[in-house]
Order: sequence, then structure tokens, then C-alpha cells
Amino acid sequence: MTKQVQQLDRVIIRFAGDSGDGMQLTGDRFTAETAQFGNDLSTLPNFPAEIRAPAGTLPGVSSFQLHFADHDILTPGDAPNVLVAMNPAALKANIGDLPRGADIIANTDEFTKRNLQKVGYPGNPLEDDSLKEWRLHAVPLTSLTVRALDGFDISKKDAERAKNMFALGLLSWMYNRPTEGTIKFLESKFARKPEIAKANIAAFQAGWNYGETTESFSVSYEIKPATLAPGVYRNISGNQALSYGLIAGAVQAKLPLFLGSYPITPASDILHELSKHKRFGIRTFQAEDEIAGVAAALGASFGGSLGVTTTSGPGVALKAETVGLAVTTELPLIVVDVQRAGPSTGMPTKTEQTDLLMAMYGRNGESPVPVLAPATPSDCFTMAVEAARIAVKYRTPVMLLSDGYLANGSEPWRIPEVSELPDITAPFTTEPNGEDGTYLPFKRDPETLARPWAVPGTPGLEHRIGGIEKADGTGNISYDPDNHDRMVRLRQAKIDGIDVPDLTVDDPGGDARVLVLGWGSTYGPIAAAARRVRAAGHKVAQAHLRHLNPLPANTGEVLRSYDKVLLPEINLGQLAMLLRARFLVDVISYNRVRGLPFKAEELAAVIGEVIESD
Amino acid sequence: MTSAELPASGRTPLNGGLNGKGLALIPRTDAKQTLKDFKSDQEVRWCPGCGDYAILAAVQSFLPELGLRRENIVFVSGIGCSSRFPYYLNTYGFHSIHGRAPAIATGLAASRPDLSVWVITGDGDALSIGGNHLIHALRRNVNLNILLFNNRIYGLTKGQYSPTSEIGKITKSTPMGSLDKPFNPISLALGAEAGFVARTMDSDRKHLQGVLRQAAEHRGASLVEIYQNCNIFNDGAFDTLKDPGTRDEITVRLEHGQPIVFGTGENERAVRLSPTGGVEVVRRAEVSDGEILVHDAHNPDPSLAFALSRLDEPAFEHVPMGVFRSVDRPSYDHLLNEQVATATADKGEGSLADLLHGGDTWTIG
Ligand SMILES: Cc1ncc(C[n+]2csc(CCOP(=O)(O)OP(=O)(O)O)c2C)c(N)n1
Ligand code: SF4
Ligand SMILES: [Mg+2]
Repeated sequence: MTKQVQQLDRVIIRFAGDSGDGMQLTGDRFTAETAQFGNDLSTLPNFPAEIRAPAGTLPGVSSFQLHFADHDILTPGDAPNVLVAMNPAALKANIGDLPRGADIIANTDEFTKRNLQKVGYPGNPLEDDSLKEWRLHAVPLTSLTVRALDGFDISKKDAERAKNMFALGLLSWMYNRPTEGTIKFLESKFARKPEIAKANIAAFQAGWNYGETTESFSVSYEIKPATLAPGVYRNISGNQALSYGLIAGAVQAKLPLFLGSYPITPASDILHELSKHKRFGIRTFQAEDEIAGVAAALGASFGGSLGVTTTSGPGVALKAETVGLAVTTELPLIVVDVQRAGPSTGMPTKTEQTDLLMAMYGRNGESPVPVLAPATPSDCFTMAVEAARIAVKYRTPVMLLSDGYLANGSEPWRIPEVSELPDITAPFTTEPNGEDGTYLPFKRDPETLARPWAVPGTPGLEHRIGGIEKADGTGNISYDPDNHDRMVRLRQAKIDGIDVPDLTVDDPGGDARVLVLGWGSTYGPIAAAARRVRAAGHKVAQAHLRHLNPLPANTGEVLRSYDKVLLPEINLGQLAMLLRARFLVDVISYNRVRGLPFKAEELAAVIGEVIESD
Repeated sequence: MTSAELPASGRTPLNGGLNGKGLALIPRTDAKQTLKDFKSDQEVRWCPGCGDYAILAAVQSFLPELGLRRENIVFVSGIGCSSRFPYYLNTYGFHSIHGRAPAIATGLAASRPDLSVWVITGDGDALSIGGNHLIHALRRNVNLNILLFNNRIYGLTKGQYSPTSEIGKITKSTPMGSLDKPFNPISLALGAEAGFVARTMDSDRKHLQGVLRQAAEHRGASLVEIYQNCNIFNDGAFDTLKDPGTRDEITVRLEHGQPIVFGTGENERAVRLSPTGGVEVVRRAEVSDGEILVHDAHNPDPSLAFALSRLDEPAFEHVPMGVFRSVDRPSYDHLLNEQVATATADKGEGSLADLLHGGDTWTIG
């Protein structure tokens, strides 16, 4: 049978199944093949909040979406072109996102009466005509896999389990993916169980062959490699990039990294990742709570480490008092907040940008803290290095605001050369800086306003610091009113004076009248939306803030040079409030707080409306 | 050495052979030090007559005998009258926030094995707001010396009852008497399986310094409860232990290897195992020498030490003073640093370029 090969410029695939079906692994493997092939890509996993929700139920559905293309892309995609549904729950949970005409590959073996009932399907949607607006491929994935593995010395259960590799093989055929990587991966993953390894590889190949031979699949697709900037690439998630950025920051600062952390979704992976890299001199400490995590990090900073604490919103709430102590003792500290839906426990696995005001102001007293926010998964690396730079140079805690969407999403990353990274060494103070050989722990650098950093073990510089107000210079306890006023202003001036790059504006024509501004993880959807708007012949400028405190010096000027400024945020307008207060600019907010990233289509429509009303 | 004493990796003996040498990693000085070297230039601001003065003087005159370089000594405190302590010592110091000193000191001690780290805390600081950090620091066995100044009251906030105040305490916040049962800090620390647990008294300099010496030499977390008089809000809380008329009748001095007897003359009493599994106080005359419990501070099982701590129930009928327990077990900082060393030795020092290029990569252009 001759098969047709069709060219596409981009595809969005969503793998969906029960949490036990291995959909994340399947997605990861397809992503690796796609990266290897040279497409640009962006991924978005979506796991259930429950660890083991009952099998076959809607809360137990786990999915992984991958967008890949022959050009550079910015988001994991709004709506899938292909849905792989491993059971009725996966179909039911995802069909709403599927545009008419999209492909559905459904595992018919799981569409049993019982499974259909579990999710409330009155009949079998694969057999009535309820799916007639989509291209349905009904494939008995489980039984085909079991049959293909007949003769292997493995249990029936293990054979059934390999169905995700069958599905991966089928999809790999459909999209002409390279296969060697997956074969190698399976060999090493099951190195200690060679029979299981062989069986999984056989299932993978059977899936490929099934695509090639069966009539249900008459077309396969080709998506040419993208032309990205030259360099060595890898695929990386936000949490992994952030972990690597912290390590790089410590290496570049020539400081040992100390992580004090308490497990919390979606930040725990950073604790896990850093725990693996002790040979970089990294000490990871799983504390009894978030307070102890940050406190131990601050104690380590006092001793000359780069203290880091990683958490999510509820943990930041607990850390507030200690961050205030770091503000007033002026010690380096990095506080990573991987934001999730709140308030309180909220929706732990869902994303949000609702901690900005807490990061800015969630402490007692005048307690200024630099705030940074990466724009994409791989930007988490750059911004973690930047956080280390600012923390060390200015002796200050720094808030780094990632979120659930960045943390788990992934994209290709051009790996930087180590020589491209900034040298951020801050030499410890080892000599007295006062008269008669005294040491003044709060005598500031006139340029940066940073105080000296003398660590225990340095002879002659013994000194005491603490949370009580300190006399300017000596650091002795002081209740002097004017001294307090001066110290409050000095601490503020130090943060205000941090060297932050200017805000750049993307405006291809140079004459747009509407600016769409964003911060953090909304970069991808906003940029994709701006592209659509421009493709439709309209003009829009785009700018994205990665430094939220202090803001780039030209922020006000940029905002004032447009008729209208639109600011989409996954909160109720937190940055908009700051900008309005600071610059008296009538920022137009667009807010949705659904626990999900924006869609490019949605934002394109919003931008369009603002342009029309201009 | 039994296998239980071996650290997880089995590479080196327990705590790198540093047991009983808690100060071995800390640089020493040959220069002669005196009390004056440890006095800072800050004016001491406790109420006149406060027990904190006596403790400060005892610590300042005790530190020189350790022979450590002053710059390698750090005092970390929380908040409370007692927590002002670091300001008055000419070492490195960190006066932090309420209750968190054990956690801050954990990060410091775990990352800097060359420092002698002391935690100064009060009964409110350590047992109320910081109770969680205290038990976890003890459980982990971080190389810290925790000095708990127990005045059985909140001093700094002007006299509310504390988690060590007796039931029925009349204070500003409990005009009809406090309702909650106090903690016995020694029992609590032993419950957390602290390796070194002792009790001493602000006014008994010799005893206090003797206990501090043993705490410093202990490798791992040491908890020293120091009865401290707050003459403003809880004056006389420990008078029965200080008054020569009553002192010897209620103080049970614990000394390793010695039979536990106390009291004088006709009132001499002894401690023996009770039929219920604990310990009990009996008249000395009524028991044979062989029945008297001999104090074994090195007993790996904390049960007897715990039973001894319960002699103080009802409170102040008889009060054991001295070292309840001094047992070596793996210290957290040692194990953590050993993991770092092992990872480095096994795989070589980390290379950033290799790390970034790990995993599946591909080249464009
Ligand atoms: C977060 C916080 N809560 C409350 C206080 C107020 N406060 C300061 S010290 C203290 C109690 C101190 O009692 P204790 O630890 O026994 O120390 P003492 O003053 O008796 O030495 C309290 C409640 C504080 N400083 N910080
Ligand atoms: S209030 Fe009590 S504990 Fe505080 S300084 Fe005065 S006497 Fe000492
Ligand atoms: Mg007290």
C-alpha cells in the first residue's frame, strides 16, 4: 500500500490517558524525538492533583501536549490537532478542547461498558456517530500490543503496560520521527530488566508498523526542521532550567550553594534536581517547614554560602518574616516562588501570576526586595543567574517568580557557553574598613550602596548583626529616629538603584499605537497573539518585563509613548495596579484566573479589540 | 564499633572519629585569651539583677579556656531578653527572629564545620514559637550548642506566662491563672533523642561552666537548660534550688558513674528503679548500696535519662541537675558534608559545561 506524505508547518498533539498509562513518559519521548529531529517545540504537561486517582475516572486523567513546527513557536498551542485518548475518561476530559476535524486516536480496548459508565457516557461514542465531526481512528491499542508481545517472557500485565510505547510508535510513524533515541532510552531505562526492555521496544516498533500497514492511517506527515540560531540545543523544562541557573549562579559567584527547602508542588522538582548535584559543593537541606528552609538558607548566607530557598505561594507566606530579616541584615538570599493557583491551597497543579504583590510587599515594615520573573521555561536559567548576580552584588534577598506553567513546560534551549555567563564574584571583606582598624558592617559601597560582607572565620572583623534597627555605618543597635529614617531610605535606594537593563519593545513597523505588555510566563501567548494580529495586517507593539522591582528605568517612557497599553495577567491586575500608581498611565487590564495559561487566539482577539477602539 | 554507629556510607567511623572532640575542626589559637577578649563594646542592657548577667559573665570567662580562634565562634539567638546575649560577646553574632535561631544556626553549622556555633534562646523562644525548630535540630543532631535560658516567663514582652510556667500562673495575660501544663525542656529534648542534654543554674558558675565544657566537646546537638532568674517578672522562681536551707534537699546532682543520692543527714535519699519501670526516690537508709541507680549518661537508650527527668514531677520536689545524657550519634552536618565529599570523590568536581550539555543535545548550524 502506498501512503501519502503530507507537508505541515506545525502540529499540536495531546497524549491523554489514565495517570497509570504513562502519558508523561510518552510525551517526553515524543518530545525528545522531535527535538532530535530539529523542530522547534513547546510542551505542556497537565497532571491530576491526586497521586493515584481511581483508575478510569475523570480526575485521574493525565495529559501531555506538544506543539512542534518548522518555524520558531512560542506556546504549547491552543488546541490540539491530534488527541490520543487511552480511555473514555481521557476522551471525555479533552474533547472540549479539540477543534472539529482534528484526529482522535482512541484505544477501543478500554471503551468497555464499565469504563464508559464511570465517566457517564450513555453509549459508546466510538460506535454511535457522536464523534462524526472529528477524524476518528479506533485502534485496539492494548490487544494489539499484547498480541505483538506474544512469546515474550513477561506477564500479561507488563505486556498491557507497553501499550503507551505502541501508541508512541504509531505517532512516531505518523510524523516521521527518528526512533533510535527512544530505543536507546528504553534499553537504558530497563537495563536491569532486559526482557521488559525488549518487549517495550517491540511494542514501539509494532506501533510504527501498524501505522505503515493499516488502512485507517493513509497519510503520514512531514514537518521540516526549524531554522533556529546556530548552537547546541537541548530540551529543558522551567524547573530544570531554574535549577541549572542556580548552580551556574553559585559557580559564577564562586560560592557554595545551600538550598533550604520544604516540599511543595510545583517547586519540589528544584529540590530534587539540586539534591543530585552535590559534587558542585551543593548542600541541600530538606527542612521541617518553609520557615526553617529559608532560615537555614539565610544562616548559610551569613556563613558565606549562596543561600537559596525554593517554594510556592503558601510557602512564601510562611517565609515572609525571615525574608524581612534578610532585608535588614542585608545578606544575599534567593527566594524562588513557583506560583500556583491560590489563595490558600488553591489548585496546586495549576498556574497563576497571583503572588506579585506578595513578593513586592508581603512583609512588615518598609522592606524592599528585588523581584524577577522569567518569561519562558529556558529563561528560568538566565533569570536564576540574574537573581544570584543581584543577591550577591547588592547583598539582598531576591524574589524569583516562576509559575506552574513555566515549571513543567519545556522548550528547546540553546545551551550557553560558560564563558558567556556573567562573572558575579563578590569578594568577601577581609580587612577593617573603619578608623583604628575597626570594622563597620553597615558602611556602604558609595556606588551600589551594598554593605560589606565579612564572614565568620575572618579575624578582626567579628561583628553582630540582627533584626533590630542598626546605626548607619557601625550596625550597632539604634532607636534614633533620624537614623531609622535614613536607614529606611538607604535600603530602599539600594534596591531602586539596582542595575537593570532597559525594557525593549518589539514593534516591527515602529509606528504601532497600542502596546501589549506582559510579565512572566505570559510571554509566549502574548507574543504569539501579537504575531497573529500583525499577520492579519494590524499594528501592535510588544514589551515584556522580566525585572519587576526595580522596573527598567525606561518603563514610564515606554508606557507613555503609546495611545493604549494592554496588560494581560493571570491575576486581577496586580502589575497594572503598580504601573498605574507609579506612572499614572491608564493601563488596560485583561485578566483571567482559570489556573491555565492564556491562549494565543484569545489574546489576539483582545488585542484586536483594543486596536479597534483606538 | 557496632554497625549501628556507622554512618550510612560506612566509609569513616562515626562523625569522622570526632566524638568527644566537638571542637576538633575549629581552628585554635596559641595566643592567650582572657575574659576581656570576649567582651564587646556594647553596653549591657538587662535589668539590674537579672540572671542573664551571671550567665554572660560565666560564658565570657569560660570561652578563653576552649582556646578557639575568636573569629570562628558564632552566637545565634532568637528574640527575648536572653537573645540579646550575642551583642555582648566579641565574636561573630546573629540576633535573628523569634524562635528561628536553631534553623538559622543549622544552615550555618551545616555549611561551616570550622565554626563553633552556639544558640541562645529563651523558654518562649525555644519552646513556643520555635518548638518545631528545636526538636528538629535535636533530632537531626546538628553540631550546635543550644543554651536555653529558662526563666519560666516571657521577659521581653513584660511578663506573660510561658510554656514552662507552672499551671495556675497569674500573669497579665492569665489573671485567673494559666491553664496549660508546662513543658519539661529536658524531657522534651530527650524525647527528641538529643545526644547531649543537661541542666544547670545561672548562679552556679562552676557547675554552669562544667556543663558548657562538656557541651562544647560533644559532637552533635547539645541542649543545656539554664535556670535563669527574671527578677522583674518571675523573681525567685528557683530560690528553693539556691537557698542553702533547701538547696541540698531537692537538688539531685547527676554525675556519670556515680550512684544517685541526695539530701543530707536523716533526709538523705537515693534513686532506684521503680517496679513500674521508671525511677523513684527512696530514703537512703532503706536501700542497699546495690539498689541505688548509678547514673550512666552514656546509655544509648534514653529511657532512663527520661525517667530521671520526670523526678521533677511534681515540679521542684526534687530537681536533677547536671548531664542527663551524653551519647554520640551521627551528626547531620558531618553526614551532609560527607555526602558532598563522596559525590565529589566518586564523580569528580562538578563541571558546569558538562552539566549544561548533559542529556539529549543536538546541534544546529
Ligand atoms: C513573631 C514574633 N512574635 C512575637 C514577638 C514578641 N516577643 C518577643 S520576645 C517574646 C517572648 C520571649 O520570651 P522568652 O523566649 O522566654 O525570652 P525572655 O525574654 O524570657 O528571655 C515575644 C512573645 C516577636 N518578637 N516576634
Ligand atoms: S525582664 Fe527579666 S529576663 Fe528580662 S532583662 Fe529584666 S530581669 Fe532579665
Ligand atoms: Mg523566658
